Amino acid sequence: MLSRVANSIYWLGRYSERAENYARFIDVNFNLMLDLPQDLKEQWEPLIQATGDYPVFVNKYGLDFDRKNVIYFLAFDEDNPNSVLSSVTNARENARIIRENLSKETWEKLNETYLFVKEGKDKKIWKKEDPRAFFERVKSAILLLYGLADSTVARTEGWYFRQLGQFLERADKTSRMLDVKYHILLPSPQEVGSPLDFLHWMALLKSVTAFNTYRRLYGNIDPSSVVEFLVLNKYFPRSVFYCLKAAEECLFKISGSNGQGFSNSAEKAMGELRSRLEYDDVEDVIKSGLHEYLDDLQFKLNQISNHIDTNFFQIKDNFEHQINYQG
Amino acid sequence: MQITNYNIEGNYDEMYSADGSCRPHYEKFQAFLNKVPKRKLAQLQFSANKTQMAMGMTFNVYHDKQGVEKILHLDIIPRIIPSDEWQKVEAGLKQRIYALNLFLQDIYNEGKILKDKVIPSDLILKSKDYLKPCIGLTPPKNIWCHITGTDLVKDKDGEYYVLEDNLRCPSGVSYMLESREIIKRAHPDLFNTLGVRPVSDYPTKLLNMLQFLSDKSKPVIGVLTPGVYNSAYFEHSYLAQQMGVELVIGMDLMVKNKKVYMQTTKGLEKIDVLYRRIDDTFMDPMAFNPNSMLGVPGILEAYKAGNIAIANAPGTGVADDKAVYAYVPRIIKYYMDEEPILSNVPTYLCREEDDRKYVLENIEHLVVKETNAAGGYGMLIGPKADKEEHTKFRQLVKSNPDNYIAQPTLSLSTVPTITDNAIEGRHVDLRPYILYGEDIEVIPGALTRVALKKGSLVVNSSQGGGSKDTWVLY
Repeated sequence: MLSRVANSIYWLGRYSERAENYARFIDVNFNLMLDLPQDLKEQWEPLIQATGDYPVFVNKYGLDFDRKNVIYFLAFDEDNPNSVLSSVTNARENARIIRENLSKETWEKLNETYLFVKEGKDKKIWKKEDPRAFFERVKSAILLLYGLADSTVARTEGWYFRQLGQFLERADKTSRMLDVKYHILLPSPQEVGSPLDFLHWMALLKSVTAFNTYRRLYGNIDPSSVVEFLVLNKYFPRSVFYCLKAAEECLFKISGSNGQGFSNSAEKAMGELRSRLEYDDVEDVIKSGLHEYLDDLQFKLNQISNHIDTNFFQIKDNFEHQINYQG
Repeated sequence: MQITNYNIEGNYDEMYSADGSCRPHYEKFQAFLNKVPKRKLAQLQFSANKTQMAMGMTFNVYHDKQGVEKILHLDIIPRIIPSDEWQKVEAGLKQRIYALNLFLQDIYNEGKILKDKVIPSDLILKSKDYLKPCIGLTPPKNIWCHITGTDLVKDKDGEYYVLEDNLRCPSGVSYMLESREIIKRAHPDLFNTLGVRPVSDYPTKLLNMLQFLSDKSKPVIGVLTPGVYNSAYFEHSYLAQQMGVELVIGMDLMVKNKKVYMQTTKGLEKIDVLYRRIDDTFMDPMAFNPNSMLGVPGILEAYKAGNIAIANAPGTGVADDKAVYAYVPRIIKYYMDEEPILSNVPTYLCREEDDRKYVLENIEHLVVKETNAAGGYGMLIGPKADKEEHTKFRQLVKSNPDNYIAQPTLSLSTVPTITDNAIEGRHVDLRPYILYGEDIEVIPGALTRVALKKGSLVVNSSQGGGSKDTWVLY
């Protein structure tokens, strides 16, 4: 497969997943806010902190973390390179570059999703009292794309590059979703473990479609169990560990190695991080501090992405400046 | 919806004769139109537009965030061509392409036609499209012009005339194919009733032709595109997808030991055949334009060494120069000893005395063009210019006759077209596609471009042109 094509497929996977997760972010905060006692102010700042878009936001809007501002910024703002609209646009742009590698249906559905999100901007969805139906549709549209791919794409190199992008992005976003809870302030320290605190954890689980599974596996809502579930669980397809394991397998399929040790620097970095999570328990996570642990995780995920880039996408170019950087 | 008050306004109309009667090959379509309510017709047109947008059948896409993606308006009333009429077009195009191919081989090698003074040598040798690095070259299987999209128009007399040969990288074939898919949804029953010849196997034929150029049983083939910001990118990726071959940009390729390789995730892979969609002089910065960012340095050396086939062959462009165009009837006669089946637009070469005399006497009725200028520069449209300009051009022609040709102003035939509130005649041209591989094959379909503005003769998409599906009947 052409290096340039592999690069675009990888980013197609990342941007689709990013768009879906940003739709989820907005959803989780909405659910959290609905359960707040009346005298408490809505908190939208934590979302901006958790997604890592804080500097871009403050630069444009100052410290006005108003709900409409934040929803606009995360969903429709083209100055925010990670917003739903930017991500869908980038996914579509990458798809357009490699359209010859996609099925007609895949391209058309992605194109429709793009047109739908753009229309959402024209309709000023962020001004709505309850915009959740819109974000629900964004999620469905992307899940439909995954379904299409699942039943139509041949399991050859391209498939694994897309999956690789998708799982790395999901690992990052699940960790950030969990971080939202860290940034949300409770009215007082006494509220830790209060009904309000539990409501928060439940809303968080629901936003990653994990609530029912969690209930079956763990029963009671308990912060450390939620952390264990979303970071270390071996079977839940949105947990960080599961995503890393799946991404690692993609790397093995791509290089054709047997999964013993590593055959390139991307596999090495991936294997190190995966095995760390494999042998950590939730006490290790809490001990190092949840936020710090997640922060480090995100840093390492970025390094892995850089290794993937060096190993597979860098080409000995005739015209170096034509290569555009994506991030 | 009945077509009423349809006025052919002195043009040749493809559906109605001068006496107002429907031409036989349109009768079944007229019966269909009469039955469809006006609102339903508008609905069909609306959903055709919608489908094009959803399919991403767009052109003119810019990098800029504000960039516009436009669709080429597709009118749902087809342009229908009866079988006997098509047979002549087909025979004429085959003859023309066959002769032009012989011509190209000749002028880059022996130059017999120049020595025999059928065509003035300086006309060819001084042309900027005559590529010196290609002299002495014989391309694989002796084919120069593999893919052609000839522009034809029909004048008031109902005869086809060749307007341009388009031997370089003619575009629009994806519109022919995708428009057909959309129109099939709009008129599902009519295809059988009328007996419309299919075009959907074009990508297969194109692939077979490209495979034929290599001696390998399974050659590696690529479509070379200038990139995603090119206005025809949709077409490039569409063709690569339909053929199941790689779509490559210059950056993906490199030349080593006079062989061309693609850079893949698993290292270098040799490529055998390239369908290039970039201009001659941008193909190789080492051989032609050193500023080209789009090409592949050294590819011409690989081509000369016979390690890669390129379609169309570099150097082909010289045969569709404006002045060379005037000689095509003589080219056909010279190589084939046949009379041309399809007419040229009568062209007066000011370098020849009789022609020059005629041009000077009739300049107010003629279009005068500079031979080596493009894009409407250095042009006089006689009927629209004033006396002062006529005088100025008479002087220009006299002082530098080699530099000018003249043609009569042509009319274009019309086809009924849906407008805001009615069905009216609009002017059309015709671009059929011809593949030259083991045989020369004319695809039984075409891109019909239509000038959507009333009375306009400009069919270009950038200036209010649209398209129609073209139905060639069995």
